Amino acid sequence: MKSSATDYLNNTSDDPRYTQELILGGNDFTSITETVSDIVLERKTPLAWYVMFTITAGLTGILFLMIGYLFLTGVGVWGLNNPVGWGWAIVNFVFWVGIGHAGTLISAILFLLRQKWRTSINRFAEAMTIFAVICAGIFPGIHVGRVWVVWWLFPIPNFQNMWPNFRSPLLWDVFAVGTYATVSLLFWYTGMVPDLATLRDRAKGRLQQIIYGVLSLGWVGSHRHWHRYEKAYLILAGLATPLVLSVHSVVSFDFATAQLPGWHTTIFPPYFVAGAVFSGFAMVGTILIPARQFFGLKEIISLHHLENMNKIILATGSMVGFAYATEFFIAWYGGNPTEGFAFVNRAFGPYAWAYWIMVTCNVVTPQLFWFKKLRTSIPVMWVLYIFVNIGMWFERFVITVSSLSRDFLPSSWAYYRPTIVDILTFLGSWGLFFTLVLLFIRFLPMVAMAEVKTVMPIADPHSGERHIVGDYHGDIPEHVRRKGHK
Amino acid sequence: MKQGDLYGLLIEFESPSLLAAAAMRVRDAGFKKWDVHSPFPVHGMDDFMGIRGTRLPFIILGGGLIGLAAATLMQWWMNAVDYPFVISGKPLFGLPANIPIMFELTVLFSAFAAFFGMWGLNGMPRWYNPLLTSKRFRRATQDRFFIVIEARDPAFKLEKTREFLASLGGSEVEEIHESAED
Repeated sequence: MKSSATDYLNNTSDDPRYTQELILGGNDFTSITETVSDIVLERKTPLAWYVMFTITAGLTGILFLMIGYLFLTGVGVWGLNNPVGWGWAIVNFVFWVGIGHAGTLISAILFLLRQKWRTSINRFAEAMTIFAVICAGIFPGIHVGRVWVVWWLFPIPNFQNMWPNFRSPLLWDVFAVGTYATVSLLFWYTGMVPDLATLRDRAKGRLQQIIYGVLSLGWVGSHRHWHRYEKAYLILAGLATPLVLSVHSVVSFDFATAQLPGWHTTIFPPYFVAGAVFSGFAMVGTILIPARQFFGLKEIISLHHLENMNKIILATGSMVGFAYATEFFIAWYGGNPTEGFAFVNRAFGPYAWAYWIMVTCNVVTPQLFWFKKLRTSIPVMWVLYIFVNIGMWFERFVITVSSLSRDFLPSSWAYYRPTIVDILTFLGSWGLFFTLVLLFIRFLPMVAMAEVKTVMPIADPHSGERHIVGDYHGDIPEHVRRKGHK
Repeated sequence: MKQGDLYGLLIEFESPSLLAAAAMRVRDAGFKKWDVHSPFPVHGMDDFMGIRGTRLPFIILGGGLIGLAAATLMQWWMNAVDYPFVISGKPLFGLPANIPIMFELTVLFSAFAAFFGMWGLNGMPRWYNPLLTSKRFRRATQDRFFIVIEARDPAFKLEKTREFLASLGGSEVEEIHESAED
């Protein structure tokens, strides 16, 4: 195709005559190693990093101030009122847990499906999963009211000789999110060990050598080790696959098992999982685009990768839209007047503004990704990612608040408004998230080098020495490739 | 340098295809204590080296079963025996309500078994490795491929093995010693 001949960074052609390369610019093992590890080891930290870090660390400080204020005063500092006992804390919890799902989907499900393009973005997405789950974990911890007995959530023997109620979805949540955080961390770290060894072997400073040396556990790339490592990685992926589907299902049970109109529906588990993947991919893209721009990773995280992500966003966004429609259909078809009212109230009641923000950002604008020009345009996709982030936060807001504020008895209806403490706590959680992202970018390998190397054509032991870049006929012609050579 | 201090002989290759061809010859020569080092897992190397399957999956299965049993017993004992209380007339122990945590703990324990089992079988963490005394070997985690035959291999004879390695078509053969020279 003409476009691929003029711009070597564009590998989004659907022309079946050419096999699209995933890693562009004639990179080899050496250049991949240098590009990724120099960001951590060699490059001077850009000024912009310090500026951003100062801002995000400040926001994190605000988060902890707000939490301290909450602990000293009580949940009255939030905007909760009598029918609306679950406010922003739960909205933020569900929002952040959902964000994490893209990381596990990319690292586990796409691994099982042998999607080679995942290798360029999986490390980043997994890191984001862990940071998002950390942000999520804060909210249920602080919203319990009496924080000094928060350990009652766990089956720990105590002086009253009582145990938690295992038949409650709230307790399932503790186990689901706890397991999810732990398994994600093990998976992320396991994947990172070979790359940490690369950093150890390239580091020049003594301190770096010691730190990366300890973290890499003495990895020397032995094939006898790789053999068990690959087996463990495969099985961890197999374990994480049902796990990621279960986490947001269990989160949705928190709502679905309650007998509140608008919550008590069987569609919740699949609907929540689709929404989680949707929001997670948008968040990966939101951070990945500036990162690949600033750190010169456009050849490794190519337009083809971003286009694939956009296709997933289009698919999951449409599923979410379909779920919204199904909810309305069932509310009408089910013939339950209370349920029917809950949905009419969502779309046309006091929270209609939030509902329509949600529909616009989640269902309408992602449809633009049907057009190839738009889903391969960096500015367009970035703006749409931001929209999805906003829309998915509002989805949780609409579900949580609109159902609670107008339940069965009109005399107890009330309108919920967040207070400044709610708002600052949520902003602070963004600060924490981005602080962790910035530290990750600065100190850990943000692309899975070892895994990227395995998907390069030269990694195949059957590739002849003459065909250094591709070994199949129909690969990008020589003159196109040449453009990318350094 | 005395012979007793010798860890093994190291040879370097430029590409996975050269490494694969050499690995097959080392395997066929009957060596046992030898290894291949590469920056990424080379496809098909298990066969080229003649490595048999690992017992790791069984360890993970064991971990999963322990997790399942622990979750079942914990929920039954805590909610139905030690501190029984009726909520909405639900049974004290009924499978449907207890399945989510049984699932979660099965996954959690399996993941721990996979993680610790894999590092344990690999003998890691290992803080000292004679191979890392070689400057050249540092590229094993970057862009070069190595074969090491250890001195403790019964078939190892310094001169003969050196000649054999040199015939594999890699770079020059390097001696690796147990302790760094300085």
